[in-house]
Amino acid sequence: MDEFQEILEDFLVEAFEMIEQLDNDLIELENSPDDLDLLNRIFRVAHTIKGSSSFLNFDVLTHLTHHMEDVLNKARKGELSITPDVMDVVLESTDKMKGLLEHIRETGSDEGAIDVAPTVKRLEAILTGGEVSEEPSAPAETPEPEPEPEAEEKDLSEMSEEEVDAEIERLLAQRQEEDRQRREAKKTAETAAGIQESEEKDLSEMSEEEVEAEIERLLAQRQEEDRQRREAKKAQQEKEAAVLPAKEEKAPASKPQKKAESKPAPKERKTTVEQTIRVDVKRLDDLMNLIGELVLGKNRLLKIYDDVEERYEGEQFLEELNQVVSSVSLVTTDLQIAVMKTRMLPIGKVFNKFPRMVRDLSRELHKEIDLIISGEETELDKSIVEEIGDPLVHIIRNSCDHGIEQPQERIEKGKPAKGTVQLKAYNEGNHIIIEIVDDGKGLDADMLKMKAMEKGLISEKEADQMSDKEAYMLIFKPGFSTAAQVTNVSGRGVGMDVVRSNIEKLNGIIEIDSEVGVGTTLKLKIPLTLAIIQSLLVSVQEEYYAIPLASVLETVRITPDEIQSVEGRSVLRLRDEVLSLVHLADLFDVERVFSMGEHAYVVIIGIAETKIGLIVDSLIGQEEVVIKSLGEYLKGIEGIAGATIRGDGRVTLIVDVGALMDMAKNVKSSMQNLEDTASKSEKNSPADYNILVVDDSNTDRAIMKKALEPLGVSITEATNGVEALNLMKDGSKSFDAALVDIEMPRMDGYTLAGEIRKFNKFKMVPLIAVTSRTSRSDRMRGVEVGMTEYITKPYTPEYLMNVVARNINLNVEQTS
Amino acid sequence: MSNQLEQVLKKQQQQQKAPEEGEIENVVQLVGFMVGDEEFAVPILGIQEIIKPIEYTRTPKTPPYVLGVFNLRGSVLPLIDLRMKFGLSRSKENEDTRYMVIKHNEEVAGFVIDRLTQATRIKESAIDPAPETLNDEQNMIYGVGKQKDKLISILNVKALLKRDF
Repeated sequence: MDEFQEILEDFLVEAFEMIEQLDNDLIELENSPDDLDLLNRIFRVAHTIKGSSSFLNFDVLTHLTHHMEDVLNKARKGELSITPDVMDVVLESTDKMKGLLEHIRETGSDEGAIDVAPTVKRLEAILTGGEVSEEPSAPAETPEPEPEPEAEEKDLSEMSEEEVDAEIERLLAQRQEEDRQRREAKKTAETAAGIQESEEKDLSEMSEEEVEAEIERLLAQRQEEDRQRREAKKAQQEKEAAVLPAKEEKAPASKPQKKAESKPAPKERKTTVEQTIRVDVKRLDDLMNLIGELVLGKNRLLKIYDDVEERYEGEQFLEELNQVVSSVSLVTTDLQIAVMKTRMLPIGKVFNKFPRMVRDLSRELHKEIDLIISGEETELDKSIVEEIGDPLVHIIRNSCDHGIEQPQERIEKGKPAKGTVQLKAYNEGNHIIIEIVDDGKGLDADMLKMKAMEKGLISEKEADQMSDKEAYMLIFKPGFSTAAQVTNVSGRGVGMDVVRSNIEKLNGIIEIDSEVGVGTTLKLKIPLTLAIIQSLLVSVQEEYYAIPLASVLETVRITPDEIQSVEGRSVLRLRDEVLSLVHLADLFDVERVFSMGEHAYVVIIGIAETKIGLIVDSLIGQEEVVIKSLGEYLKGIEGIAGATIRGDGRVTLIVDVGALMDMAKNVKSSMQNLEDTASKSEKNSPADYNILVVDDSNTDRAIMKKALEPLGVSITEATNGVEALNLMKDGSKSFDAALVDIEMPRMDGYTLAGEIRKFNKFKMVPLIAVTSRTSRSDRMRGVEVGMTEYITKPYTPEYLMNVVARNINLNVEQTS
Repeated sequence: MSNQLEQVLKKQQQQQKAPEEGEIENVVQLVGFMVGDEEFAVPILGIQEIIKPIEYTRTPKTPPYVLGVFNLRGSVLPLIDLRMKFGLSRSKENEDTRYMVIKHNEEVAGFVIDRLTQATRIKESAIDPAPETLNDEQNMIYGVGKQKDKLISILNVKALLKRDF
């Protein structure tokens, strides 16, 4: 049973491969009905599938393919011209064949799945239409169990390499069957008369090499036999050939004779012999995960190297470390690319089905449409290839249905009656671009706007402000369809919406260009892979975020006054576009501890058709990141697509650009009302005032405390800058003023003042330097970093008290 | 010689048996910890590890008790502040603070606790189901363990790891 299963699996894989090609060949055939090569190729597919299926006992499939074969054979011999009507039937039977094969794949049997009777009838009608009632009534009811005689009549020397391959397989299968039968027989008696000893070896007991040797032996034997027979047969065959065309159709498949006659073509295969193995996709996925870990490790290593380099500059071992680090990172990158490549599939896999689709559509819509495909060899990650099919179907349908006009209409417009739809794929950096170009009537921006307004999708005001490009994008809105009539093909207003969501899921971008009367170009830009991505790291206040580079269109540096406000929304005029802006801090509720610097950066992100500008505080750089999921608990946080671990071991969140765009619509800038948030608490008594005393010397702190005692204010102490800063940031106490020593361990007074001033909420807190440094330059520096006052040691307690009281607006008289 | 060996083996067997006999009743091992002023416990099997606080990254658009995510040897895990989850003020990190990494099936998350107390063994019979009034709190309390001098609220690991926003 295992053996059978294996054969069955091989058969299915092979059959599906052939069918993929079959569709295209058939379409091509319609255009050039006289191409004999093409016909032969098609015929061979039908024939091979018939042969294998009869061997595997798939009666229904055999029945169907047999009839197909008959029709094709007739065409091949020039007795039947391929008209579109004939083609329709042939295509229909191809579909049925596909259906049957799929059913077999799922259930292991072809029974009860699809009723082929009507199709067979139509095939028969075609046959009989040309040749009256010579059709067999019920061929191939029982599959031939023993195809031996047929094999003998094939001529090996006339076969191509692929055919020989096929023949080998067939022979092997046959041998296995024979062996099984013989094994039974042999048990009772030695009946090996006429059979060479070697033939009695049991295939199932053979090693691979033995099988190979056996094949060669069989082939040689066959060739020998063939040579002998050829002479004898030639005369007879030639005679037969004259009568055959008609006769052959009659021969039911169960008769080996028939098969033999139609033998010049068993199988269709790639001409170049590629060494391949099939690998479970899951294993590749696992491998990809491991590579992901490795990339993280590499990033980490690079980061550590940078740190080490700074610290041990010029040392001998640094050079060696450098070499190791660079070679590791190089190998990792190569490895990653190599593994990514194993997951790549040519986009042709998807493109293949379109010629057939367009052909059907043009028949259905009574239009003449040519589909021109290029770049089908462009490769994409498997997961993306799987996702891209649906959107393309919708787009191409749309182009055929809405884009291309009826032939007369086209002629009236001075265009060729036959419309063309081009499907192009090519690489651009880390992206693949898929373009769908039609030379149809184009999109009318005004009409689109009208329609959208009618359907209540946009308001009149929105329509007025819309550019043409934005108007084109309306076709992606759910519930939008421009077709006046709902046809079988499109017009239900679902399709293009699906396109957008699928492309967004892949982090892709859609662009539309169109000219009324000339045509429409739809451009899809899709990243090559999903697991490891290039990202742009940005920082907002103290937080970092990674933006998928695929969605980043450009970055610009701006000054705050370049930001304009329209109806309460921030916008930026960039070249001839007006871009709506949103601050990342607003989207993610980042606490604004720092005020905006002189410059901000705008990252212009685009996904599918929309674009917005994202304001960030600074750009960190480009980094390759591995997407890690946030797990079940945090799954689906708005605006976050995942996380990654950076070189320093910290977690950085990866933004979900699509979700971000949606969020941006509902966010109002909070830039203006920053100042008011710090609520002033009521100060009733001097003890409500809080003074921070920062000095590393215990004595100095004691002196200051003593000096301030008469004021009655509360005092908090800190022994150095870091401690002081933490106390302030901590927020558990709000300080009304700080007395700062300049020379302190860990963080000196200047730095402390600078740090404190970075925080918005501490902008107004008086900082009083208390120091023995008296030089002018010291004072200057103090002012520069934001000190409010400068007291030099030694000082009188009264003086200090007065300065403090003045700074915190405390009335000294009142308290003393 | 063999006699000696046999004796030794016998002895060992007896030793192994002895404790078992005393503990036929099911015993749950708990790890106790403080959150605020109250002592809680989690079954030891629900704990993957306990680590000292490390840096974490804030996640936006989450409830305040979800502090963010942190990196535990290459995995990105959520970090949840139990104090805030229980309606107390936010934890202040000090040297006793720990992240308790709790695991249930495939779900893993870190929880901030104020201080570890001790690991205890408690008989299953000494665990009462949570008082009914507590049941409303999304069943976060699995039961109340009675010990000589005090009661410990035993937390339900599954409920802790359940997303409730």
